[in-house]
Amino acid sequence: MRLIFNYLRPYYGRMMFGLLVKIAGTVAELFMPWILAHILDVVIPEVKISGQMYEVLFWGGMMLLMAVLARNFNVYANRKAAEVSKNTIYILRNDLFQKILHLSGKQTDKVGIPSLISRMTTDTYNIHHAINMMQRMGVRAPMIILGGLVITATLDPVLTLVLAGTLPFVVAVVVLISQKGIPLYGTVQQAIDVMVRTLREDVAGIRVIKALSKKEYEKKRFEKANEEVSEKELTASGVMAASGPLLNFCLNMGLTMVVIVGAYRVNAGLTQAGKIVAFLTYFTMILNAVIAINRIFVMFSKASASSERIGMVLDAEDDLVVEQFRGFPGQTRLEFRNVSFSYQGEKDKLCLEQVSFSLKPGENLGIIGATGSGKTTLLNLLMRFYDVTEGEILVDGRNIKTYPLQELRRKFGVAFQNDVVFHDTVRENISFGRELSEKQIIEAAKQAKAYEFIMEKEGGLEHVAAIKGADFSGGQKQRLLVARALAGDTEFLLLDDASSALDYKTDAYIRKQIREQKQGTTMISVAQRISSVMQSDLILVLEDGKIIGKGTHEELLLTCETYREIYKSQMGQELSA
Amino acid sequence: MAAPGPKTPASKKYERARDPKKALQGLWSYLKLYKWMLVAAVLLTFAGNGLALVGPMLSGRAIDAIVGVGQVDFDTVFYYAGWMVLFYAASSALSYGLALLMRTITQKTVKKMRQDVFDKLMELPVGYFDTHLSGDIISRISYDIDVINTSLSNDVVQICASVVTVTGSFVMMVMIAPSLVVVMLVTIPMSILYTRYMTKKTRPRFSRRSAKLGEMNGFVEEMITGQKVIQAYAREEIMQERFREVNQAAMDAYYDADYYSSTMGPTVNFINNLSLTLVTVFGALLYLKGTLSLGNISSFVQYSRKFSGPINEVANIAGEIQSALAAAERVFRVLNEEEEVADVYGAVELKQVNGAVTLEQVTFGYTEENPILKEFSLKVEPGSLIAVVGPTGAGKTTLINLLMRFYDPQKGEIRVDGRENREIKRDDLRRAYAMVLQDTWVFGGTIFENIAYGKENATMEEVVEAAKAAHIHSYIKRLPEGYDTILTEDGVNISKGQKQLLTIARAMLLDSKMLILDEATSNVDTRTEIRIQKAMEKLMEGKTCFIIAHRLSTIQHADVILVVNDGQIVERGSHDELIRKKGFYYGLYTSQYE
Repeated sequence: MRLIFNYLRPYYGRMMFGLLVKIAGTVAELFMPWILAHILDVVIPEVKISGQMYEVLFWGGMMLLMAVLARNFNVYANRKAAEVSKNTIYILRNDLFQKILHLSGKQTDKVGIPSLISRMTTDTYNIHHAINMMQRMGVRAPMIILGGLVITATLDPVLTLVLAGTLPFVVAVVVLISQKGIPLYGTVQQAIDVMVRTLREDVAGIRVIKALSKKEYEKKRFEKANEEVSEKELTASGVMAASGPLLNFCLNMGLTMVVIVGAYRVNAGLTQAGKIVAFLTYFTMILNAVIAINRIFVMFSKASASSERIGMVLDAEDDLVVEQFRGFPGQTRLEFRNVSFSYQGEKDKLCLEQVSFSLKPGENLGIIGATGSGKTTLLNLLMRFYDVTEGEILVDGRNIKTYPLQELRRKFGVAFQNDVVFHDTVRENISFGRELSEKQIIEAAKQAKAYEFIMEKEGGLEHVAAIKGADFSGGQKQRLLVARALAGDTEFLLLDDASSALDYKTDAYIRKQIREQKQGTTMISVAQRISSVMQSDLILVLEDGKIIGKGTHEELLLTCETYREIYKSQMGQELSA
Repeated sequence: MAAPGPKTPASKKYERARDPKKALQGLWSYLKLYKWMLVAAVLLTFAGNGLALVGPMLSGRAIDAIVGVGQVDFDTVFYYAGWMVLFYAASSALSYGLALLMRTITQKTVKKMRQDVFDKLMELPVGYFDTHLSGDIISRISYDIDVINTSLSNDVVQICASVVTVTGSFVMMVMIAPSLVVVMLVTIPMSILYTRYMTKKTRPRFSRRSAKLGEMNGFVEEMITGQKVIQAYAREEIMQERFREVNQAAMDAYYDADYYSSTMGPTVNFINNLSLTLVTVFGALLYLKGTLSLGNISSFVQYSRKFSGPINEVANIAGEIQSALAAAERVFRVLNEEEEVADVYGAVELKQVNGAVTLEQVTFGYTEENPILKEFSLKVEPGSLIAVVGPTGAGKTTLINLLMRFYDPQKGEIRVDGRENREIKRDDLRRAYAMVLQDTWVFGGTIFENIAYGKENATMEEVVEAAKAAHIHSYIKRLPEGYDTILTEDGVNISKGQKQLLTIARAMLLDSKMLILDEATSNVDTRTEIRIQKAMEKLMEGKTCFIIAHRLSTIQHADVILVVNDGQIVERGSHDELIRKKGFYYGLYTSQYE
């Protein structure tokens, strides 16, 4: 919650003013039953003597005035509350979004993408709702209870004690039931998770289920999960069902007590019957306020969980520090010096171990190896999504830690393995917020062999891609991403398995285009297919994070057993075709 | 795996039912199963709320007995106070009973509904899953039914209770002081008219607000998913700028709706207070005249508050019911989907399969306008190898879809051992094939269950044997729980290649005469890949095989190669024939050596 208050701080003044207005409105409302009692107990006996009716009308007018004041104050305060929460959340969301965009790979891994999304959407929404409602009801409800007690105390302190006496019972009911009920809803959620997982599995595996005629089996499996949810929900809602009737009962018992105690007080001449009427009205108001507080309680606990989740992201410290550069730029284009890396930062779980190689200007690099051999990790380090655990990486002879982060990354054009096509125009997907000329975009599309299918879409470059690029085939998506990587004319071009969905012919065509037309660019290709890397000047064969082969295609065929094996399995027996 | 076809976008929340009557009828068809429980619930509602209504009248009588100093009639006060305790206690007990009953009805209904939807999904043709987003299908059961659940358990009771309270209070008020009821005749219509006017004004603002919020959430989801690429291209500032705009628009829409709706609560409250004022003033005047007692005023004030309470809630409940009906409509749309065609009368069982498959003049396309197969014929001898090659997304899975009867051809016939597919029991036909697909499917159960999935009552020995044949046994052995290891959903404890081997083991166990194989290529390490290849070769022995090939080296010995491009079969023949032809296949083949 500290986080929320920090964000509210700039608005304290405005919020305070709004709250004061709210209090004024609530007080006005609280006066109404008091006037009611006053009319019945004081004014009427007077009028009976004086016969001057206008006094009743005067106090009636006062009641009306209070009603009008209450309405206008409340409307004003609600709008202020909406304004404050709007501004607060606007800034909170911007900050959170910015922070998320700047998280390092390690920090992102820790939280996870889906969780980041829900922090950005559901959690900020919960907080928005809570800030808004707490300003509206959080003041009003306690004010009604407190104010109600104060005003009734001026009417008759003893009856007030009776009224206050029921409150501990009410609090006990609320606390006990939520203490029992809320954890029960936790188990309901777990059961639901299991059920949805079963459902998701079956939707994904529908072909297998049908092929093996397992419909009935799956129906039973789902039924079990379904049963579990129902059972858990029955228990939980059974507990919660008691809260309404119990609360009502407590308050109504208090009400009866007021009548009885009131009777003794009136009999003893200590109070008047009209006051009992007023008390009953206050009672109803307080009952509603208690119910409102109950709801605020739930909202508050939700919001504070949300704010904790958000705070965790916002408080993450920048862990990719830029260092001072000393010395002179060197001759090599790219160099890895004894680089080791572990995602957990533990030395015994290395994903890359003692990786060293260097690349001269004008040379291209190919990396081949199994899944989990560390290919993508190598690229992640090069672009500094993560910092190396040991060793150094140099670009143009300068440690990459000495480049400002954005300056370093601007040197690269990248197409990742499972990358995103944004729900935006094709043009925007290629230019991606960079100021690129029409010529650059079209040229890149042509080199990536994407121009033809783009032009077949309605609107061509202005065609808006469906969500997750669903209106493009896998191969088309990859070509769009390659076009994006090519369009910037960057110093480096990183293709991380960017052509796995393309047929050999298209893949070969695109690579030829790049080699011929982007001669100043250093191309780094990561692939599972030999044909995608065999033309590189230097090929690294990775296995379990170690380089087990280094050289050109021809050299590797002679020196590296694994490389030869891969070659055989992919190209058939003929070693020369 | 998804076939080309229209994709429906995820349906938006908060939409209204297009045909509320139909949705209601559908809901009723469920509720009527528990109609006696419902009747009991309605009776309980009447009784509980009716009893509560007596309370203010009793307290009024008691107050009337409190006349003044030394004149209080304690017998009467205690008499009525005793009744108050009794009535309130009974009322609370009844409403607790009601809540328990309603939750039982709701849970039964919802559980049945979830099961029905799931059962229905299992009966739908594969085409349904190809043309609907899985998230959309899942939200039918998880989200929509939950909305119905909430509405059933809260709104139904609330409506009944409101009806009782409103009419009851009204009757009571008329009984106490008919002349004071005139006041209500002014304030009630005010309240109703105002609420209606405001809902009309705020509704478009609220739907705009949820639309803008949805836009923002969509943007956020996309951007955070693409976080890495945004960083890679150093586009943080620009995306931040764009987010600021989307955020601003969402917040403005939110505030706009809030601004208008914030007058609503206080104003309705004001109208209630207005009626309190009028009742007080007129009540006081009547009291002066002696036509009304103090207790009467007290009861009347309490009734008038009870009376207006539910009216304020009407707008809220109406909104909830509307979204519940929209949800119900979506659920029933699934329940009304057309199922897989039932087996024809007299469909035969398929006992002994030789593995001869023929396609005669088959025409098929996912849409009528774009046929992928045009009068296509193919004769497959038992034990032969048919390969399908072509670029990704060209329609290679079509043949599988037809063989397995995931789809039926528009024209022509497919025969297994000389018998038309549609004359064979569908389950038998499908069981005649073993299938290994590229996107391997394992479910959250033990490894044993996953392998034994296709064969009922498979023994441990059989499973182990299949695992050995698939070269996965030694790996399973090394796991602490062995064959009892439970595979988790995200499959963190098993790699992609091992999953592939598991599904091969599953297919081994089937011992069928025909095999469908969708070769995996990427994302598997070299050693596992070699292992998979060996396992597949073993699996193929003595079977009629249909292979979707990605690696041209494995299919050179195929009896027939079908070359697919752009959703059509462009070439067919053996490897040598196709090479000699120097057509599309030749291009594919030579390009890998360029």
